[in-house]
Amino acid sequence: MSLTLQFIPYSEIEELSSLGRIKKLLKIAKENKIVLLEGRLKKEEETELIKTTMEEINDDFKGIELGVIYPETGEGALMKRIKGGVAKLILGNRMGITIIGPASIVKEIKKDPTKIELFTTTPNKSKKKRR
Amino acid sequence: MPRKPKKEKVTEEPKEEKKSGFGLIRRFINKVIGNIFRKKKHVKLGLYGPPNGGKTTLANRICKDWLGEEMGSVSAMGHETREIQIKEQINIKSGSKELSFNLIDTPGIATRIDYEDFVKKGMKKGQAKKRAKEATKGVIDSIKWLDDMDVVVIVLDATLDPYTQVNITIIGNLVARNIPVLIVGNKVDLKKADLKRIEAAFPQYDVIGISAKFGKNIDKLYEALFVLVD
Repeated sequence: MSLTLQFIPYSEIEELSSLGRIKKLLKIAKENKIVLLEGRLKKEEETELIKTTMEEINDDFKGIELGVIYPETGEGALMKRIKGGVAKLILGNRMGITIIGPASIVKEIKKDPTKIELFTTTPNKSKKKRR
Repeated sequence: MPRKPKKEKVTEEPKEEKKSGFGLIRRFINKVIGNIFRKKKHVKLGLYGPPNGGKTTLANRICKDWLGEEMGSVSAMGHETREIQIKEQINIKSGSKELSFNLIDTPGIATRIDYEDFVKKGMKKGQAKKRAKEATKGVIDSIKWLDDMDVVVIVLDATLDPYTQVNITIIGNLVARNIPVLIVGNKVDLKKADLKRIEAAFPQYDVIGISAKFGKNIDKLYEALFVLVD
């Protein structure tokens, strides 16, 4: 079974409306591809993504698995926090990475603040990928 | 499904009255009365979380403790609650304090729903498809109701990994809406329960370990609700 990862630079969704972003990302996931989005959606967009996903579930599309890694700036030395704060101010939602996989391919996404484990589903067994 | 409540309209005072002493007194009285009114009548307490965390078991425990009756049915199979359930006017007491709220039990929020998961657990295909369809609608309703909550208790299964994107997304949305959040780690009666894992995942929130099924630490939860609503 082949696995397609599609990278979406933030510039590709930057100018889109919230609904436009969600539709674009879901369309790719529904094509059985794993989306690697540069940056993250807004918090409200994440819930809208879940809502829209639910609206589109049918016999063929079972939903998505979602994982977001976003660098935290609240800990560490003062200079590190200031640098992180400035980077956040300039880059905003461009920071971090979002993974959206169709539930038919991605069994589970496990995450901790700095690592994502993506478990894929094959007809008879599960494979594990780590980034 | 119960009709989604509309937000109350905020009416503006006439400009001249705002400047006068009478206007100030009127606003003060309105604020005091308004606060009493809100605390006594309009606190909407939502139970949110992933499927099978024990939201309905907790709702039943609260209703049984204070109303003497249960709220909804529970099941080992996920997505048992597929419609918003509301119990109005629950009054809880702790010492001299009293709290009145409407309890809203919501369907579990998930990003995937596969009818075949229900079939694997012994359900017939037709029934499973119907359950899956209702479950997707339930998730949509839960999200729609987020805006209408005054306080939210997130109910997590303490035996499972709490650091999932769904949990982070729900909590993030509540924070963005300035809705006070309390996290409950349920099922602490089970050996696999690990409350520290929840505390480590969400260090900025109060986490209470309970067993909704057996009533363990429920008094602590009630105490925390008073703090949360204040």
